[in-house]
Amino acid sequence: MIVPDTVDQIFVLSKHWLLGYVPTALQPIVSAILSVAPVLVVFPLLFAITTVLERKGLGRIQNRYGPNRVGPYGFSQPIADGIKSLTKEDIVPRSADQVVHLLAPLLLVMAAFLAYAVLPIGRNMVLTNLNAGVLFFFAVGSMVELAVFMAGWSSRSKYSLLGAMRAVAQMISYEVPLVLASIVVIMASGSLSTVAIVNLQASYTSIWPHWFIFTPWGFTGFVLFMIAATAESNRSPFDLPEGESEIIAGYYIEYSGFKFALFFLGEYLGMFATSGLAITLFLGGWAAPFSFLTWIPSYIWFFAKLLALICVFIWIRGTLPRLRMDQLMGLAWKFMLPMTLLNIFTAGVWHFMPSGFTRWLVCTSLLIVPCLLLSRGLKQRKKLQIRTYRFAE
Amino acid sequence: MLGAGILKGLAETARNFLGSYVSKDRLTTVQFPEERAPRIEASRNFPFLVYDGTDPQEGLRCVSCFICEKECPPKCIFIEKSTDKKPDATGKPQFYPARFNIDVSVCMSCQICVEVCPFDAIKMDNAFELSATDRFDALLWNKQQLAKSNNYYHEIHPTEAAAVDAELAAARAKTAAAAAASAAAAAAKKLAAPPIPPTPPTNGDDIL
Amino acid sequence: MTLFFLIAAALTIVGTAAAMSLRNPIHCILSLTLGLVGLAVLYLQLGAQFVGFTQVLVYVGAVAILAVFAIMMTRSAGSPQQPAFSRSWLSGSAVAVVVFAVLAWAISSALPSTKIVPPQPAVSVNQIGDALMHKFALPLEIIGLLLTAALIGAVIVAMPERRETP
Repeated sequence: MIVPDTVDQIFVLSKHWLLGYVPTALQPIVSAILSVAPVLVVFPLLFAITTVLERKGLGRIQNRYGPNRVGPYGFSQPIADGIKSLTKEDIVPRSADQVVHLLAPLLLVMAAFLAYAVLPIGRNMVLTNLNAGVLFFFAVGSMVELAVFMAGWSSRSKYSLLGAMRAVAQMISYEVPLVLASIVVIMASGSLSTVAIVNLQASYTSIWPHWFIFTPWGFTGFVLFMIAATAESNRSPFDLPEGESEIIAGYYIEYSGFKFALFFLGEYLGMFATSGLAITLFLGGWAAPFSFLTWIPSYIWFFAKLLALICVFIWIRGTLPRLRMDQLMGLAWKFMLPMTLLNIFTAGVWHFMPSGFTRWLVCTSLLIVPCLLLSRGLKQRKKLQIRTYRFAE
Repeated sequence: MLGAGILKGLAETARNFLGSYVSKDRLTTVQFPEERAPRIEASRNFPFLVYDGTDPQEGLRCVSCFICEKECPPKCIFIEKSTDKKPDATGKPQFYPARFNIDVSVCMSCQICVEVCPFDAIKMDNAFELSATDRFDALLWNKQQLAKSNNYYHEIHPTEAAAVDAELAAARAKTAAAAAASAAAAAAKKLAAPPIPPTPPTNGDDIL
Repeated sequence: MTLFFLIAAALTIVGTAAAMSLRNPIHCILSLTLGLVGLAVLYLQLGAQFVGFTQVLVYVGAVAILAVFAIMMTRSAGSPQQPAFSRSWLSGSAVAVVVFAVLAWAISSALPSTKIVPPQPAVSVNQIGDALMHKFALPLEIIGLLLTAALIGAVIVAMPERRETP
């Protein structure tokens, strides 16, 4: 067992020290506040950093600078963005449903923040160790769709309603592969509690970690989970609901000023939460990648992995074109759903086979062969002929 | 292989990202106004008057022949001829413009004034940072604002300026050769003819 | 603990009452969702974590959205102009009072005179899974069959019609 370090447990220890100064009657409340406040501070800060990282990263990918005027190399851009969104006029259409229009971004942000309650950010650093932690995460994540629908409907605009319906359809469709992809991990670890899942991955054989991503079913599950997570947070290449807002309208077209900023905050927070869950389920949570690196504190590892996943998100955004609605839905139901079910089957086979090279071979082929067959079968066969043009004479 | 396209795309963007820190052609932004892109030689914006040498008044090539004013389609040029003469590039005394105004808010950069000028006195500039705070008086340029030196012309249009200078030098050489030939013929005639009182020397040596 | 129970109960009652009395159908659905969240909080208070979270996942995440889609697609966009209370409210409230009296008498007569609090078995998700797989395997399969039938029906309804070749 690894002895908890002072640096590693510094937040836990300081919280206990602060609680010592509080009268016993108030201790539960103060303990809750002391645990929740850092989450409320750190993740919006991460959101600010991500916005500027994304703009600069996308800029460099597209052969240009990102924003580079505001601070050193443009890194104070979020401050300027915050001032802008706070001082913009908050326009609400006259025929809009005022109450629902106000509640939609609030519900979105609240649901996004609630999801952080079960993510173990470091050793012994989880807000609540729920027995059904992963289920709580998905339950809270499903409230986001309701918020999206409320936003689109309350604006009383045909385009925003269309955008909202598309967004909700996309999110519902991709929730199925998301949950199914995480079921493999639950099967392998035998528990729905995120802390138990991470603890199971925090051990090492010689220097190699026991992360679930280093198994065939874990790797496939991770890839499928990431694709579904990209679709759940409406990010490129699945950002048809909000990409069309550049052309026609999205579900938050009638929002301006701070509510608009709240929508972006909610979307990015959802992205961080799903990345956090992916890290917890597949990438070993706060565990270091090699056994000789465990002296680095656990929360540093969690945020390093989170930043790496954010960079991957930004990288994919800069690379892939947007998917069309029917391609998107086809991908979810025709490709990802069968693959996740196969993944569950493969995880079962892995569990019951004796460990060794055969197990790897069988499971890898069980996953790769159907994947190839499916993709070949689903490819649209277009007979491309030589184009002939007819000009007006 | 499934996903090969996506992986190739990811590799390409990664190369773009990392290459933008290293090589210049993966980061083509010119950060205006701290940096400026080099001006393209064949571009044009508004006209300017060329003067040779260092004195805009003395070296101005324009002899106020009024051709550009007549040919200008939107009639944005206004010239007033001077009453006295000054010697021009080849030494001949010529009129010069006492006033030469171009209304830049009217000028459409058609370059007709440049094409018709027989003295290579008006050429197209390509400066574009010309914003002014006044729509009327600040956009009516007079002779002092329009006169720019031949060296500036070489800077912005090197090949054109070199060609113009070669032509002018050839013209000057031709007149000098013609003058030398006529002087030699006159000297030969003088030797053959009886001596006559010497004539004062001609003032033809302010050739540049 | 009573305070939290009161809050959750108030949430549920307010939500469902608003669902009955609001005019705009979408508002009704949203307040019903609030009532369902209140129910989920009540489940969590009773210690049934799995049921509580599944209540949120299924009802709020799926059923509410289904309901709003259904209402949205079957109604015109204008706000309804019907009055909030029907005209026969007197007889309606009389029936409601009678039903409430009967239920209250039934519940109060079924309660034991001394309050015995039975030891609550801590039901973990493992046990629910075990029960589903062993004792209740047949109901599970039947539910799965039912859902598959619904899914196939939905796909058939949504499938584009095959065009007849002329």
